[in-house]
Amino acid sequence: MKIVIEHLSVQYDDGTESLRDISLTIPANQITALFGPAGGGKSTLLRALNRLNDLVDGVRVTGRILLDGEDIAGPGVNVTALRRRVGMVFAQPVPLPMSIRQNITYGLELAGVRERAKLTAAVEKSLRAAALWDEVQDRLEAPATALSGGQQQRLCLARVLALEPEVVLLDEPTSGLDPISTAKVETSLQAIKRDYTVVIVPHSVQQAARIADLAAFFLQGELVEAGPGQQLFLTPKDQRTNDYITGRFG
Amino acid sequence: MTPPALLPDKPPAARAGWPELIIEALIRAAGYSAILFVILIVLFLLREGLPALGEVAPADLLGARWYPIEDYFGLLPLIGGSLIVTLGAVLIAVPFGLGTAIFIAEVAPRWLREFLKPLIEVLAGLPSVVLGFMGMLVLTPLVRETLGTPTGLTAFTGSVLLAGMALPTLVSVAEDALDSVPRSYRNAALALGATPWQTIWRVTVPAARTGVLTAVMLGIGRAIGETMTVMMVTGNAARLPTGLGALFLPVRTLTATIAAEMGEVANGSVHYHVLFTIGIVLFLISFAVNLTASAVVFQQKKRSERLLS
Repeated sequence: MKIVIEHLSVQYDDGTESLRDISLTIPANQITALFGPAGGGKSTLLRALNRLNDLVDGVRVTGRILLDGEDIAGPGVNVTALRRRVGMVFAQPVPLPMSIRQNITYGLELAGVRERAKLTAAVEKSLRAAALWDEVQDRLEAPATALSGGQQQRLCLARVLALEPEVVLLDEPTSGLDPISTAKVETSLQAIKRDYTVVIVPHSVQQAARIADLAAFFLQGELVEAGPGQQLFLTPKDQRTNDYITGRFG
Repeated sequence: MTPPALLPDKPPAARAGWPELIIEALIRAAGYSAILFVILIVLFLLREGLPALGEVAPADLLGARWYPIEDYFGLLPLIGGSLIVTLGAVLIAVPFGLGTAIFIAEVAPRWLREFLKPLIEVLAGLPSVVLGFMGMLVLTPLVRETLGTPTGLTAFTGSVLLAGMALPTLVSVAEDALDSVPRSYRNAALALGATPWQTIWRVTVPAARTGVLTAVMLGIGRAIGETMTVMMVTGNAARLPTGLGALFLPVRTLTATIAAEMGEVANGSVHYHVLFTIGIVLFLISFAVNLTASAVVFQQKKRSERLLS
């Protein structure tokens, strides 16, 4: 078990609750999909896993999140070191305003890697893992912003993979992409789960059903049901889950 | 059968009526007159200043001595004075102002930020005489005593005050630029394991560099054209600054020379024309600063447009 979440609640200081008493176990080397209608707390949970919620004013987090048995939700955690272990890809691809190669090496250089050979190897390795290498190998010095949306998103994935994190978080990574680009991203996710723990907020139920090894259904800050993807999408236990995946609401 | 007329046969202006036409004419006149004024000012400067080139040999204008009474019209000490005071001001204002802007935009909690930003913008409106007055009474003795210079009226004193004047503009513009960097950049950098400082220095500031450069240029522009403060605290001795040591000696700037001498000069004399030549030099300098600024901004814009296309 890679991540164990115990009784996690996230509250904003205006009293609204974003997550209520969540307990969930996320296995290593599998794709865990957090899905449900908007405002259900999926992104909040994702952002709790690498402490990006810290950046929002007035958030209170209670409960525990154990990463390899170590609590990462409490105070006194080295947040920067944690974020190197738990990487994140956002809904909007955010290529940094530099070349394709520099986008990949950037995180490594921040982490203190200087050797050229290592950096060059990491560029190729991570771009291959993100299924982007073939498309950009002959123009690594081109500005990253010149790539198409789908390519940019895979570049962001590659950028995270280059840091060799243990966990990769993806927040609706394909929401702005066409079906072909989406398929490419999903393929590369299937490929990288051998080496990483993947937690994704998919942008549709269909996507969740396609890629989830483990699926968790969130509704208004509550974890309704979690289970193996096959079981959850074919024979959901909870009526609300059934209603949602059969398209009765949401 | 003829189709119904979609357009009335009158021209648009006639349709909109006279008020529209008058307002349009007024706006047009206002726009053109702004350009006209600039042209007239330049023509006036040239008419009054250019004769000096015939009356004083160009080599003498580039001389190192400014003693108008003995017909020495060397502009170099004045140009040097202006440059060294401005350089000093920039060296103080840029790191300090950038630091302040970064603090307000990136580090300070919301309540402090909402308090500091308007405060700094109020400071920008402070009359320069007030600053000069404080400079004379507070800063000058301080400089003399702590630095051990013969007098506190030095280029450095002027630089400090000018930096103080340029700071509010610099901070305000730079803070706006930093603030407009998308939050997603910061999230992306932090999620890559960058420390907050690495995020600021290697992502946010570079992403805002056009705005930051504009802020610096505006600051320089404010500093180089400033007259009153500088005249009050720099000692006004027209000697050629040589090296950085001159920062701690009295200097005289272009602006202070015009302000101090224009009142007591005979209209149409050589001295009078030379003062206007100084005006031309000042105009050229600020023109160069503005041109550099817009060239930098334009280049950046073109580059980003190219990237986004």
